Amino acid sequence: MKARVFVTLKNGVLDPQGGAVRHALGSLGFEGVEKVRQGKVIELELAETDADKARASVSLMCDKLLANTVIEDYTVEIL
Amino acid sequence: MRAAVIQFPGSNCDRDLAVAFARGSDASKPAQMIWHKETGLPAGLDVIGIPGGFSFGDYLRCGAIAARSPIMQAVVDFANRGGYVIGICNGFQVLTETGLLPGALMRNSGMKFICKNLELQVKTRDSVFTSAYQHNAKITVPVAHHDGNYQADTDTLKALQAEDRIAFTYTQNPNGSLNDIAGILSENRRVLGMMPHPERLNDPQLGGTDGSGMFDSLADALVSA
Repeated sequence: MKARVFVTLKNGVLDPQGGAVRHALGSLGFEGVEKVRQGKVIELELAETDADKARASVSLMCDKLLANTVIEDYTVEIL
Repeated sequence: MRAAVIQFPGSNCDRDLAVAFARGSDASKPAQMIWHKETGLPAGLDVIGIPGGFSFGDYLRCGAIAARSPIMQAVVDFANRGGYVIGICNGFQVLTETGLLPGALMRNSGMKFICKNLELQVKTRDSVFTSAYQHNAKITVPVAHHDGNYQADTDTLKALQAEDRIAFTYTQNPNGSLNDIAGILSENRRVLGMMPHPERLNDPQLGGTDGSGMFDSLADALVSA
């Protein structure tokens, strides 16, 4: 079973990288990009076959390592 | 003073920190270097240093992997028992990732790696790390980081201010850091995290001695048998 984790900055947390990407898009001529927020996607292959158990286990992984919940939010997708 | 320095793959200020600790140590008891895969600490330590560098290549988040390495559980236990811990640069990032210090270090607001000497202000003398400095003393210390932009939520900032736990601020903010914060103390004032590198400026041969106050403070406070 596969899981996909999306880690994003919490609302209100300054994202200098997103700002730089937005600026670069503007200089390439892409107009109207009002905001860019950059995050991470992490894919995991799990031995677990029960989706609920997999979700619970991946959420724990997020809390313990994959996300820094001081500044980041995460969502877990079981595929 | 019995000191130890933790070494991770990618640490690069570990030996500098050990030399700085040596200022206040008996020459027969140099700082012990401890590899991150160790699970326990030697007995009788007074202070543990988490050095600067790029532990684990800054993969995932700066300091995140190092914070979960086997030795760090022992360091957290040591701190929770009242032990003294100092984390410099990447070490500060590691300490926030373990939860020993609040907040997080984010990418510099200007996106650039900053490597230069900066002026700091000593905001509290009430710690074993800062007691040798005058209150509000201005000192010049090198910084070298890409992710030194300290951020914390409003409640955390209020607590840091109310409890006099902001150790150092930048006189000219280089990285977007909240309230110009360069270094903070834990609630029990025994854990210090800071982005600038006092260990790189503690001997005239290194170009200055403004960082030596920290190691002299420590030595004065932690004279051990």
